[in-house]
Amino acid sequence: MNAAELRKHFPILDQEVNGYPLVYLDSAATSQKPVQVIEAVNDYYRHSNSNVHRGVHTLGNRATDLYEGARDKVRKFINAASTKEIVFLRGTTTALNLVAQSYGRANVKEGDEIVITTMEHHSNIIPWQQLAKVTGATLKYIPLQEDGTISLEDVRNTITPNTKIVSVMMVSNVLGTINPIEEITKIAHENGAVMVVDGAQAAPHLAIDVQKLNCDFFAFSGHKMCGPTGIGALYGRQALLEEMEPIEFGGEMIDFVGLYESTWKELPWKFEGGTPIIAGAVGLGAAIDFLSEIGLDNIEQHEHKLASYAMDTLSDIPGIVIFGPQRGKERASVVTFNLDDVHPHDVATVLDAEGIAVRAGHHCAQPLMKWCQVSATARASFYLYNTEEDIDRLAASLLKTKEYFSDVF
Amino acid sequence: MSFNNLDQLYRQVIMDHYKKPRNKGAIEDGSVTVDMNNPTCGDRIHLTMNVEDGIVTDAKFDGEGCSISMSSASMMTQAIKGKDIDHALKLSSVFSDMMLGNDYPDDLDLGDIEALQGVAKFPARIKCATLSWKAMEKGLQNEK
Repeated sequence: MNAAELRKHFPILDQEVNGYPLVYLDSAATSQKPVQVIEAVNDYYRHSNSNVHRGVHTLGNRATDLYEGARDKVRKFINAASTKEIVFLRGTTTALNLVAQSYGRANVKEGDEIVITTMEHHSNIIPWQQLAKVTGATLKYIPLQEDGTISLEDVRNTITPNTKIVSVMMVSNVLGTINPIEEITKIAHENGAVMVVDGAQAAPHLAIDVQKLNCDFFAFSGHKMCGPTGIGALYGRQALLEEMEPIEFGGEMIDFVGLYESTWKELPWKFEGGTPIIAGAVGLGAAIDFLSEIGLDNIEQHEHKLASYAMDTLSDIPGIVIFGPQRGKERASVVTFNLDDVHPHDVATVLDAEGIAVRAGHHCAQPLMKWCQVSATARASFYLYNTEEDIDRLAASLLKTKEYFSDVF
Repeated sequence: MSFNNLDQLYRQVIMDHYKKPRNKGAIEDGSVTVDMNNPTCGDRIHLTMNVEDGIVTDAKFDGEGCSISMSSASMMTQAIKGKDIDHALKLSSVFSDMMLGNDYPDDLDLGDIEALQGVAKFPARIKCATLSWKAMEKGLQNEK
């Protein structure tokens, strides 16, 4: 895989920011989009736009084929057994909320436990906090090891026969930790709990096989994997989805509607109330084609090299503190750090002045920031279009940042 | 060492307030207490003030944040101490105009605050600069 060649598919990367060629290191927030995705959405609106599942006319059929075709692409992408198990939703947040509000409210009661970890993104904390409040269940946290990983022993100690739901992120958007989902799933199942996976930071970077993971739910977002914003998917085990009630009611999701009673469409449409996110699904389908053509294994390998290179290069900067697994340890291609006493916002502003885009703040993980004992951090995250030169530019600018702030102080 | 335009943002006087914040801390039993945070970035401020007969007799701040938010808080407390509520609120509205790049009346002595003018050119940082001022506004509006 040649990242420099792949970059050419991303028109946005070919620009100057503040007089420097753009170095985009914020893909964990949202990835850039290749021209293939932009054109697929454009093409859909130019030639096929119509509402789905109802038109007798040609465009209606074309739009339906594209929308349902995208669903099958998602199914193959994560190796689900059936398209009935793929629900198109707005993104990971919406997907996790659906599980919490539908499966959770029906199956969790007072005295039960919901188990998550300290490293979760807010979208995998708050739906469970709310569920615990409404049902009287207890929300428990699997603690973190000093290096930002979780130990299976702690997993075993936290999950009990009272646990009904375990929900864990596969890859941390802050620490870069890759969690042992298969093993955690096993422990969850041994205790009779269902396993929910927040796959937002995993699906773009790792080959996903939900049958091998054996998880019960897997949520992810399209916009972090070269697709458009506003589209994502929830995988759910068919037997569980069959039993679950929709949480949004209206058009598109119904079978028969009477004055006082209605029935729902079959899977997966009963969870897709309202006109669906058709163009988004088409764009996500194109993104999956794009990623599959490169090969997820190749992407994973490229990012693995980038992560090692970044850890080697950045760890040598005096005064830098990197959170999560350290140099030489397995980690995803996201590096969260602080530099001396320079506040991360100031770091991000100085880097931006040199055309380098990084994220600064709490990364939607306030409990994790508390665990890290900081209020904010800076984060550089990489994707298939990033190169070692990008990391060299980052390192050089960080050294300049240090110097700049030691001058002004 | 210089970066293009950055010197407009990180003026010497701002860095001075960041390194040596004025009025840092909390007034015990202050008559007005405001906590505010910027949920998008994690900056937070704890502002305490004493207001007697419509005059801000003392103001202190505590909190966490970047150089811009903390220096702005330092300058803000400095500017409102000893002023009446209307004057403090007027300063706040002038500061808001300054951040938006609008014209503002030049009959007020802004002192160090003028150094924050450059923030207007960095849209991502305007919220950092205005956090403490919004806290002050909220606290004093209730006292009117």
